[in-house]
Amino acid sequence: MTRHQWRKLVNAVMFSITAACAAAAVCVLFWILGFLLWNGGKSLNLSFFTQLPKPPGEVGGGMANAIVGSAQIVLIASLMGIPIGFLGGIYLAEFGTGAFPFFVRYTADLLNGVPSIVMGIFAYAVAVRPMHRFSALAGGVALSVILIPTTIRTTEQFLRAVPQMLREGALALGASKWKSIATVVVPAAVRGVATGIILGIARIAGESAPLLFTSFSNQYWSTSLNQPTASLPVMIFTYAISPYADWHRQAWAAGLVLLALMLLLNISARLVLSPGAPRN
Amino acid sequence: MAATTQKTFLNRLRNGDEVAHLITLMFAASILLIAGLLVLELFGSSTEARHKFGWNFFFTSKWDPVAGQFGALPFIYGTVVTSAVALMIAVPLGIGAAIFLAELAPPRISDALTFIIELLAAVPSVIYGLLAVFALVPLLRDPIQPFLKSILGFLPFFQGPSYGVGFLAAGLILALMVIPFIISISRESLLSVPNDQREAALALGATRWESTWHVVVPYARLGIIGSIFLALARALGETMAVTMVIGNTPQIAASLFATGYTIPAVIANEFTEATENLHLSALVELGLVLFLLTIIINALARLMVLATTRRGTAQS
Repeated sequence: MTRHQWRKLVNAVMFSITAACAAAAVCVLFWILGFLLWNGGKSLNLSFFTQLPKPPGEVGGGMANAIVGSAQIVLIASLMGIPIGFLGGIYLAEFGTGAFPFFVRYTADLLNGVPSIVMGIFAYAVAVRPMHRFSALAGGVALSVILIPTTIRTTEQFLRAVPQMLREGALALGASKWKSIATVVVPAAVRGVATGIILGIARIAGESAPLLFTSFSNQYWSTSLNQPTASLPVMIFTYAISPYADWHRQAWAAGLVLLALMLLLNISARLVLSPGAPRN
Repeated sequence: MAATTQKTFLNRLRNGDEVAHLITLMFAASILLIAGLLVLELFGSSTEARHKFGWNFFFTSKWDPVAGQFGALPFIYGTVVTSAVALMIAVPLGIGAAIFLAELAPPRISDALTFIIELLAAVPSVIYGLLAVFALVPLLRDPIQPFLKSILGFLPFFQGPSYGVGFLAAGLILALMVIPFIISISRESLLSVPNDQREAALALGATRWESTWHVVVPYARLGIIGSIFLALARALGETMAVTMVIGNTPQIAASLFATGYTIPAVIANEFTEATENLHLSALVELGLVLFLLTIIINALARLMVLATTRRGTAQS
């Protein structure tokens, strides 16, 4: 074999190997989807959405309380996290100059990388310990401190992508700065910002580690936000590691529901809301 | 002079600019408040354990809540071993896939595959855990671990009974979870390499692979190393999937088939049950260790990614 042929062979072989790596990575998603559709599809039924969990060992029941509980916790987290992150993002993109915004930005990035379980310890300290009980509220605090750093950074990123000319045009027409932000800059970036926020919500909706010791769990309906509250991810965890076959079945069903929700939010945010927007 | 500045200040105040500035600044500052409170809480609540055990906390391996003895070594060991296994699998696979997506695949295919990989990054960790418990562990217990033992059994890493759960299971599921991060960040670093570099190498007669391996990859190396660091930080802090398959036994064993425990897993399992202050304090100290580790690794990684793609912190 000549040297030239050898080099061409190496070229072909190495690129085939990298293609195989990519194929393997992509196959993981289909493996996950296939397993969940197969096992979850078998177990999913109407009572899963309408009934309370049955005591251990009894067959049947559902996770209605966990579905509502998850929605409550995520809603609380969004109500706290989105305004803070959104307005903070406006500051970083429009008002911030000098060392302070750089510091805020860097801190937000670092907080983004902090494991969610550590954020759970934080929420335990600021919400559970003072109130002396696990609650949906504390779970909301835990998820909102995860949501704030992402929201602030994506909002900033999309506002910065708005062309400078639009701001100058508004100012030239005599608008004050905040008016130009509120009526020109933010509307121009609203699709991107909304995408970022939906992706953030999708992320916190699947979190379970920080909820273990903030919202805890509950076998019944929680009648107020001050009570331990069941959530879908925590239920999947407890059901999957339990010794009961029927609980395993329900864990699969819950996994399928959670994954479907996650994919729905992600795909709609990325495709429908802002095709071609910069992704994170 | 003073009168005019005051007048413009009043004008701006009336226009609302100063108010808007102040209000948004307060919200931005809340990030610093959260970070400050977090550090304060982690240091404050772990005081008791830090004073009682000092540095011995990291070098003793007896974890006995009843006797009030807390040593973190088995958890640190488990965290390091599972992350190392994960990176050993995820780094070659992830970088290989990133090279394919950035350098070889046609743009449309590359975009479609990247989209799927980004979806993978969004799958909640408890779902990875669910699959690990019911799909991965049975596979490991029967064909895979006995097979590994039969061919590599002379190594200390592949000995002992096959439970399925343990370091290997946790490392494998972690690998699956961090691969998407390595791929998407490495791919971005590779894509940001200027085309001149590729063209120069090809013009000198290099094959496509030679230009990629000897020119493009070294040019993007800091970004690629940064992606590995980010993946490491994620692997260290990953909780649910690992808790479900690590076996939850605080022991140090050379074999990857053995069961173990990690820092996030012990926090997840024992935090609600800790009735003694000392126990809680020891768990918070573990949280502090995890926090400091991930902060340092993240800070390094961001600097490296920043240096190649210029899309990290300092700029937007």
